[in-house]
Amino acid sequence: MSNIYKAFENKKAFIPFFTCGDPNLDTTKSCVIAAVKNGADLVELGIPFSDPTAEGPVIQAANERALKGGVTTDKIFDMVRELRCDVEVPMVFMTYANVVYSYGADKFISGCKEIGIDGLILPDLPYEEKDEFLPLCEKYGIDLISMIAPTSHDRISMIAKEAKGFLYIVSSMGVTGTRTEITTDLKSIIDVVRKNSDIPCAVGFGISTPQQAAKMADLSDGAIVGSAIVRLIEEHKSAAAPVVGEFVGKMKEGMAIS
Amino acid sequence: MNKKGRFGEHGGQYIPETLMNAVIELEEAYNRFKDDEEFNRELTELLNEYAGRPSRLYYAKNMTEDLGGAKIYLKREDLNHTGAHKINNVLGQTLLAKKMGKTRIIAETGAGQHGVASATAAALMGMECVVFMGEEDTKRQALNVYRMRLLGAEVVSVKSGTGTLKDAVSETMREWAGRVDDTHYCLGSAMGPHPFPTIVRDFQAVISREIKSQIKEKEGRLPDAVLACVGGGSNAIGSFYHFIEDENVRLIGCEAAGRGINTFETAATIATGRSGIFHGMKSYFCQDKYGQIAPVYSISAGLDYPGIGPEHANLHDMGRAEYVPVTDEEAVNAFEYLSRTEGIIPAIESAHALAHAIKTAPGMDKDKIIVVTLSGRGDKDVAAIARYRGEDLRD
Repeated sequence: MSNIYKAFENKKAFIPFFTCGDPNLDTTKSCVIAAVKNGADLVELGIPFSDPTAEGPVIQAANERALKGGVTTDKIFDMVRELRCDVEVPMVFMTYANVVYSYGADKFISGCKEIGIDGLILPDLPYEEKDEFLPLCEKYGIDLISMIAPTSHDRISMIAKEAKGFLYIVSSMGVTGTRTEITTDLKSIIDVVRKNSDIPCAVGFGISTPQQAAKMADLSDGAIVGSAIVRLIEEHKSAAAPVVGEFVGKMKEGMAIS
Repeated sequence: MNKKGRFGEHGGQYIPETLMNAVIELEEAYNRFKDDEEFNRELTELLNEYAGRPSRLYYAKNMTEDLGGAKIYLKREDLNHTGAHKINNVLGQTLLAKKMGKTRIIAETGAGQHGVASATAAALMGMECVVFMGEEDTKRQALNVYRMRLLGAEVVSVKSGTGTLKDAVSETMREWAGRVDDTHYCLGSAMGPHPFPTIVRDFQAVISREIKSQIKEKEGRLPDAVLACVGGGSNAIGSFYHFIEDENVRLIGCEAAGRGINTFETAATIATGRSGIFHGMKSYFCQDKYGQIAPVYSISAGLDYPGIGPEHANLHDMGRAEYVPVTDEEAVNAFEYLSRTEGIIPAIESAHALAHAIKTAPGMDKDKIIVVTLSGRGDKDVAAIARYRGEDLRD
């Protein structure tokens, strides 16, 4: 077991997402530090991919900006190594299967261990294909995070039983991006998970306000926020850290009130 | 490793969880209907009465005599309704979608041929249709955009990434992940997550089934080689499939080399790519050392794709099929050559296969037979070829 459970110990976890290298790695680093100072319990770091098929327009654009800026997997590994001097909360990578596969799965996953990454989220690696990387993740003690979607239905118990770290509950159909309303019956999904596993559940996709985060955290064990933060960084660029810190503070506050 | 939908190590189902039940439902429906008598009767009637099958196997006498080597036959998929092989797969998938109770078809398109075929089948079967097409391709294939709209489809111009076929596929996947209940993704090539490579291959295998019986009738034997162009690889796998067991028949896939395989402006996946995981499958892809998918290039919008279907990747690994690069210049020359020699204007995609035939036929004995699949007709390309030759002709 990795450190991920610590993010959920006796609290609801707030999980911010960052696209590494947008607009540059120094900004990513300062934003992560600001988020953690303001209460982030676990940090999700996106390694950009040229063709992010699970992302909506906001994160797609961030991926493009980061790659245009010259960010690479190696440079991101170096940044995380430095971040680990300041950041104690668990950190996970979010990227696409080809980024891991093409780098060399052993080199990538052992590298994660070495720099202090605790888990790996790969949206294009469903339950059926997880053996592609699971043996290496187990070897190096990296949690391969599973996802559950509104369309998972009869697959929920199968996925929950073998889930590691935490379960990423996709709140809505479609791709990442903010939504004014989340209509999926998340309670029944989480009820099925609870019957099969005591793994923490965090809800992501579409969450942008403290009210939404509070509602999602109330139903589950945590809330993941991506596009709303990426948009702040898009707007404030290299001056984004204090704004991101303030945003995270407000989200944490909202979740605490609930 | 998940054994489902594998061709050697290639294939698989590398897609978001949101889509897993959709592909499982599709696989179950396909397994239920593929041997169903009623389904096959309906499909055969559509293929014959609506699409105009079987397509001709035409002896290209002028070309054969001019090149002075192997006897050349052309499998005339260009004569199908809508002008390309794409209709074979689309009629099959749309009929299947209808049986599954879907009311809406979404599709990606590169050159526009698959989009036109999808819009056509949707019009025929009374379904809603949305086609995703890279912005760059909507410009170079403006005529097909209008054609799709005429047929009642909505065409969405995809601006992300390079604005070409790969981005259209990504965007169609995103759309499907947002709406699976009433929507079928009618994937146009023998690629993507299982079961698509198998379904598309099965619906396109009619090409090699017909070639086999037609050539036996005309020549009393099998051909020495079958040539087809390869992007994702649907007309090629359709042309190869029933010959895979016939080891004396050479199977040759012609990839788009663009400005050459030693330049960055190429789409020749086997020649320049390496193993990767993208668009739902493990296969070969053009990519950089960090696995970022390369912005590929070809004059042909239909072959302008950075990957290849998993069954082709496996045929390559096994050495059962050969894959050769053909440049823009060679393809354009072949486009003009066939127009003048046989009075047939081929699609620029198909011209890649013709170019390889033109290159190799003269060196072969006169008693050898090669079949070239003419996957589509070239009306859509006329303006682009004129521009390539420096004439400012607009659609």
